[in-house]
Amino acid sequence: MATKQSRSAARIMLAPAVILLLGWMLVPLVMTLWFSFRQYLPLRGGDQGFVGFDNYIRFISSSSFWPSVQTTLIIVGGVLAITVVLGVVLALLLDQPMWGQGIVRILVIAPFFVMPTVSALVWKNMFMDPVNGLFAHVWKFFGATPVEWLSQASMQSIIMIVSWQWLPFATLILLTAVQSLDSEQLEAAEMDGAPFRSRFWYLILPHLARAITIVVLIQTIFLLSIFAEIFVTTGGAFGTRTLSYLIFQRVLESQNIGLGSAGGVYAIILANIVAIFLMRIVGKNLDA
Amino acid sequence: MARAVTNNRKALNTAIAWAIGLLIFFPILWTILTSFKTEAQAISDPPVFLFFDWTLENYAVVQERSNYARFLWNSIIIAGGSTILGLIIAVPAAWSMAFVPSKRTKDILLWMLSTKMLPAVGVLYPIYLLFIELGLLDTRIGLVVVLMLINLPIIVWMLYTYFKEIPGEILEAARMDGASLKDEILYVLTPMAVPGIASTLLLNFILAWNEAFWTLNLTAAQAAPLTAFIASYSSPEGLFYAKLSAASTMAIAPILIMGWFSQKQLVRGLTFGAVK
Repeated sequence: MATKQSRSAARIMLAPAVILLLGWMLVPLVMTLWFSFRQYLPLRGGDQGFVGFDNYIRFISSSSFWPSVQTTLIIVGGVLAITVVLGVVLALLLDQPMWGQGIVRILVIAPFFVMPTVSALVWKNMFMDPVNGLFAHVWKFFGATPVEWLSQASMQSIIMIVSWQWLPFATLILLTAVQSLDSEQLEAAEMDGAPFRSRFWYLILPHLARAITIVVLIQTIFLLSIFAEIFVTTGGAFGTRTLSYLIFQRVLESQNIGLGSAGGVYAIILANIVAIFLMRIVGKNLDA
Repeated sequence: MARAVTNNRKALNTAIAWAIGLLIFFPILWTILTSFKTEAQAISDPPVFLFFDWTLENYAVVQERSNYARFLWNSIIIAGGSTILGLIIAVPAAWSMAFVPSKRTKDILLWMLSTKMLPAVGVLYPIYLLFIELGLLDTRIGLVVVLMLINLPIIVWMLYTYFKEIPGEILEAARMDGASLKDEILYVLTPMAVPGIASTLLLNFILAWNEAFWTLNLTAAQAAPLTAFIASYSSPEGLFYAKLSAASTMAIAPILIMGWFSQKQLVRGLTFGAVK
């Protein structure tokens, strides 16, 4: 039983982290809200006073708003689908007995350590370049016309690059979960003649549910705000402008702080919708 | 029964797993190989894989063009500084939540994680203004603070899950023996928590090292880390494959090697202790 004294000590120890995060959350948030109601163009007349909800209306009625929300959701959803499905497959494969398991694991985990700017540059130039990229060479070898990946199949290309970066993470977490699977139970099911498909659906997948939740939660947090991959590859062109990138362009490229801030508020709302949904699931898992 | 096919199965598993592993690793391997080619060989058609004249010239050119050591040093300071600062703040917080939980502990933890969902771009301009106001723009200390704040929720979470696994009875016994709160943390808790703290440190060092939004937007010449170093090669005039590869290899090598050596600790840390 904690004493009164240790309880107040505990509160004091918790305080710095809470105060810092509260400040980190509230100060920029309040400033963003403030700017979002003002006409503020630093390079063209500066702060020109309150304009009510003008920025909000302009941002949401701009023709690029809904496509950017859609793009964001497609990228997040696409990457999640690919990394979870392939992650499960890879985790099951890596759990099998084999030679050089440690080395294979090192190979598979490697992309996670590559910084996003590097992986975007390498994929863009050395693989997806329509003239000198490796894919172009392979396509030519088979007599096909090289694809201009980042303009003709821009979304697929970006989803592929980002999936490559996050697949190791999903695989590793799922592998940890697979390894804790009760092998006797599995063997018993196998003895009883349960085919792999039903063993997978009724034993393996339910066991992995928690790990999949963690993968989805953490990846979503990071994927909602991917920046470098788009900044380096397409610069938001060819239908790859995510909500984050649209706001970035409004704030930095058009130097329209008011409009960008209103967009920021929308992005915060979108993130919160996703967050509430995810927190429910994780909160439930915390109790278990 | 199943034993009879073991070796065949094992060989098949090995072949498939190695093929997939090499496929996933290939972009990195290809980058490293290209960094040792001449520019002409780097774009030769058909591509050369291993049989070319290995050269270190690209590394020399990259080093000459942009002082690699300075970017590397900035990366080390920023990633290391933010991680250590984060640990200093997070260890007491995680300790108090793990050992003196209150009704609100779970809410506080979830709230902390939810601050990570705040889209960086939504608050870019306010932070930018504050940085100008405080004279922090393009300084390492500014980035140390921002990256610390970004990763603080993750640090707290990871430490919390590690501390939760330390049996409270041991702490109580220490308290009975008259250990003060300070002694308790320094001599009882810390030694038991070192593995957890180590993997937290590693993961956050990697996250901070690779962070590419704030480091690109809040630095210019002085405090720019390796993310900015490599971004300077995205401009068309810098588009030389061999040099790009050399720069890329230089940017990722330190963290790749570190990550490989510590992958076991990393995996545990990454799961927030939720997957055993």
